[in-house]
Amino acid sequence: MSKATKPKLSVWKFASCDGCQLSLLDCEEELLAIAEALEIAYFVEASRATVEGPYDLALVEGSITTPHDAERIKAVRRAAKYLVTIGACATAGGIQALRNFARIEEFVSVVYALPQYIETLSDSTPISAHVVVDFELRGCPVNKAQLLEVLTAFLAGRQPHVPTDSVCMECKRRGTVCVMVAQGTPCLGPVTHAGCGALCPAYSRGCYGCFGPAAMPNTAALTAEWRRQGVSGRDIRLALRTFNVGAEPFYRESERHEL
Amino acid sequence: MSSRSIHVNYLARVEGEGGLQVTFTGDQVTNVQLRIFEPPRFFEAFLRGRMFSEAPDITARICGICPVAYQMSSVHAMEQALGISVTGPLRALRRLLYCGEWIESHALHVLMLHAPDFLGYPDAIAMAKDHPEIVERALKAKKAGNAIVARLGGREIHPINVRVGGFYKVPTRRDLATLQEELLRGRELALDVVRWTAGLPIPEFEQDYEFVALHHDEEYAMNEGHVISNRGLNILPTEYEDHFAEEHVPYSTALHSTHRGRGAYLVGPLARYALNHAQLSPLAKEAAREVGLGPVSRNPFQSIVVRSVEMLYAFDEALRIIADYEAPERPYIATEPHAGVGGACTEAPRGMLYHRYRLDEAGTIVDAKIVPPTSQNQKIIEDDVQQVAAQAAHWSDDALTLRCEQAVRNYDPCISCSTHFLKLTVERR
Repeated sequence: MSKATKPKLSVWKFASCDGCQLSLLDCEEELLAIAEALEIAYFVEASRATVEGPYDLALVEGSITTPHDAERIKAVRRAAKYLVTIGACATAGGIQALRNFARIEEFVSVVYALPQYIETLSDSTPISAHVVVDFELRGCPVNKAQLLEVLTAFLAGRQPHVPTDSVCMECKRRGTVCVMVAQGTPCLGPVTHAGCGALCPAYSRGCYGCFGPAAMPNTAALTAEWRRQGVSGRDIRLALRTFNVGAEPFYRESERHEL
Repeated sequence: MSSRSIHVNYLARVEGEGGLQVTFTGDQVTNVQLRIFEPPRFFEAFLRGRMFSEAPDITARICGICPVAYQMSSVHAMEQALGISVTGPLRALRRLLYCGEWIESHALHVLMLHAPDFLGYPDAIAMAKDHPEIVERALKAKKAGNAIVARLGGREIHPINVRVGGFYKVPTRRDLATLQEELLRGRELALDVVRWTAGLPIPEFEQDYEFVALHHDEEYAMNEGHVISNRGLNILPTEYEDHFAEEHVPYSTALHSTHRGRGAYLVGPLARYALNHAQLSPLAKEAAREVGLGPVSRNPFQSIVVRSVEMLYAFDEALRIIADYEAPERPYIATEPHAGVGGACTEAPRGMLYHRYRLDEAGTIVDAKIVPPTSQNQKIIEDDVQQVAAQAAHWSDDALTLRCEQAVRNYDPCISCSTHFLKLTVERR
């Protein structure tokens, strides 16, 4: 394929840890092939050279937390034919969304000596709160194989094949003995979106929900079982308030359990 | 008087968002500002009210490039607060996990982020067209490092298997033995990378730095030791805040660290190498000698070679740990929470990372302090850029900008980390 006809890929960062865009550089075996199939037109973490838009595909990492970024995401949307969010920050507001439930002035003063120099919004919001998003890829971080599937689907002009059922289903398929039933370990697997391959139970720990809520999660039934196993309201609340606290099913359920 | 200013609005090939501004008045560099505009991220505030056991997973999210470093500093600080000590095979497994992160992070920086500067390419993909073999070798080495992290941690980014007291599940001897072949190949590739980087056109430049790193009597320090420097500093990690201070400057969302009384200091591969060179493995020492690297390098442009030597060492050390490994009886040391304060430093790939936590009697975090390596290097980076720009004052803006950017990338700055923590602008007045 000649350079002129290759689709143009851009990668954008907002408030984030860089882990999801790093997943692209972690595709050690596929990276050079990706660069053959797509023109990497804007990817500042990887290259000094940038090509002007419009772009065929924009991958967006991170959440919106500053007035400047709230404007910048609109420009990204205007320049992109398709916009795909990658990871929990871009999809649900990320760990940064913990600020949505606290007074931001207190947070600023805990970290910074001169709060007057810090410009920040009171909320951390997902990209979809600001612009139309064509596809959301879950995970903190995203799964590398799913990221490649999104790129492949885009190149083929089809929908990505990304299952929306729960970690529980992946666990069963993997043949892992249930950690909650067999060991009494609290696990968010029944309500958490698939995608990680049910990693935590395979390592003898309960799922901690880093892919966010599955489709139609029954969070109330799960927390009732946690309670029955002796988990305190406070610990349930903390467990639901991590990297996907901004996802409504997790936040709403967390509110039902007092500190 | 004529004035000139160079602006890099958004520094490329670093982790996170930052810029650089260099101001000239005539031929004199009058101001250098490393500007960090990564949005502020408030991790120390989020940690208040969380359980001690949550710190490794929450702090990992500060950085997708060095999550293991955050997990290691947090668990060591918590264990210090709770009065437990992790020894034997569990300690060895932590070191193995860190070797994996050093390899993947160093391979990423050396070849993908830093090397293109020396040869005049915008990125590694363009460089791969003319130098395919070395890029492929580095990617394979990186993959081998990631294989360690994934095997032991569950996945490469934000591993899920680290906990206070040890791991959720430990590998069998056989689990680790299957990594051996890939690591042996990786070690060969790392040796090629050392030789290749030493052959790059490395700019002549030296400064008399205060190098600060962990030092351990029995090993090239990663997880434990004293904090020492080439100017006589020798303290426990828990005494860190008595000797170092952070200040908030208006142009940056990252705090700047200084040594109380002596000012700027340098952390990272150059410091570790200068202070702990004698403890490298024979193979790593021999490779350093072969390419003409003395026991101390004061040239930050040479950090690319030092990083490669450390990568070679990390392969060697990982292989040694795997060969000696016997699975422990229990995957972790159980602990009951109680009130306490704990602090720890570990060596992240880009330099020393300090964590300190205060816990209440239930094990809830009352307050937290985190000082990432890039906060500590910010002043040194500005000093270097000032000197580099002064030497190259008569160059074109493009050439000068590139050289200044390269001087920043010498430190593998991780900007995501340091917001609670780059863009170059050169201004000529």
